[in-house]
Amino acid sequence: MTPLLELAGLRKAYGALEVLRGVDLQVFPGELVCIVGPSGSGKSSLLRCCNRLEESTGGQVIVDGEDITRAGVNINKVRERIGMVFQQFNLYPHLTVLGNVTLALRKVQGKAQAEADALGMAALERVGLADKARNHPAQLSGGQQQRVAIARAIVLQPKLMLFDEPTSALDPETVGEVLKVMRELREAGMTMLVVTHEMGFARAAADRVIFMDAGAIVEQGPPADIFGAPKHERTRAFLARYTAGH
Amino acid sequence: MNGPAKFFDTFFNAGVAAKYLPDILAGMGVTIALGLAVAVTGLIAGLGLAVLRATGRAWLALPIIAFVDILRALPPLVIIIIFFFAFPMIGIEMSAFTATWLALSLVLAAYAEESLWGGIVSLPRGQTEAARSTGLTWWQAMTAVILPQAIRISVPPLTNRVIAVAKNVALGSVVALSEVLNLAQSATSAAGNPTPLTMAAAGYLVLFIPAMLGARRLERRFQWRT
Repeated sequence: MTPLLELAGLRKAYGALEVLRGVDLQVFPGELVCIVGPSGSGKSSLLRCCNRLEESTGGQVIVDGEDITRAGVNINKVRERIGMVFQQFNLYPHLTVLGNVTLALRKVQGKAQAEADALGMAALERVGLADKARNHPAQLSGGQQQRVAIARAIVLQPKLMLFDEPTSALDPETVGEVLKVMRELREAGMTMLVVTHEMGFARAAADRVIFMDAGAIVEQGPPADIFGAPKHERTRAFLARYTAGH
Repeated sequence: MNGPAKFFDTFFNAGVAAKYLPDILAGMGVTIALGLAVAVTGLIAGLGLAVLRATGRAWLALPIIAFVDILRALPPLVIIIIFFFAFPMIGIEMSAFTATWLALSLVLAAYAEESLWGGIVSLPRGQTEAARSTGLTWWQAMTAVILPQAIRISVPPLTNRVIAVAKNVALGSVVALSEVLNLAQSATSAAGNPTPLTMAAAGYLVLFIPAMLGARRLERRFQWRT
């Protein structure tokens, strides 16, 4: 099987500071891969290089067979196929919930208002928020806002979804509803790359867990192996800190 | 004549008022037209400059910053006088209307650029990132996501600045622009009575008190719906 996303020798440096030191990673269609690791390990940078919100300084990012770091790539076209969900939701406060979800349908895909609204409502149904379509984001809880952000991404029918700590800014009581929507996405066959601190979610829902530290992948494997029998001392130390309540 | 009667005869002389009302109204017309023209061109130019600066290119940003700082430091009267009296010496002639319009438009553009730029940079970077991550181009993200928010943030400082600059149309009187203050001064000299100045002052109040009330309403309307 060919990977949907392949990182080959991915490097990212800010001046002398190397945050990614040649990362190789493959994500296959339908897979849910969680990236865990301490703050500053390069997890978010890795994710943000996958749709070029950050420009890598070396190596390749191959999405669906296409090296998106090449000159001449239409990155806006590529991004239609890669959805992204952010830690801070980043909903547009001046638009309604439906307006948030349909903006790219109208602006990027040129869909008429009525068609965009129908697709937007369907996406909101999937995250259980169709009844909030006419509200503004500020009227929603954090968990609801993040579900709208997921709807805004999936409405474009991406092949790959990137999640950058999607539950880190949430109140504990609303984390569950977001994770539930993510599980449902995975069951529907979505390919997902998730940077998370939710070890419970990674353990229960991931097909594969990547442990990163200091800009490199230390080890990876099925969650049972990573959480049950980590091979590396750094992985063990990290997981011990987490289970002890960091 | 006793005190109050003399006061009213001096500042509120009905005969003088009736005689010079057409002049005052004509001057108000010029003041309104010029004030509106300055508001439109100044705001559009300021918006354009803020967007150019937001492209993040230093060779665009540095001249814009210089322009903004210079135009905010210079008294508008100096700019009007340079345009009207100095530019003809290098072969650029302009009418009093054009000189005043251009000078005040540039001043408003400078202030508007600062307000709008402040609005743009106050937005979280995630707004642009979210828009770009869904495939919007830089320009689409700017027009659909960034500017609508930046403009709302800028409304309170902008409305105050528009009113302040519009009032500066009176500065055109030094280059013989036939706006309301100039005509009122001429009429006062001709009549030997300051009632036309009273009328001009009343005219300003009639123009700008509603403008200030309107600005306040606009500010309230542009606050976030929560």
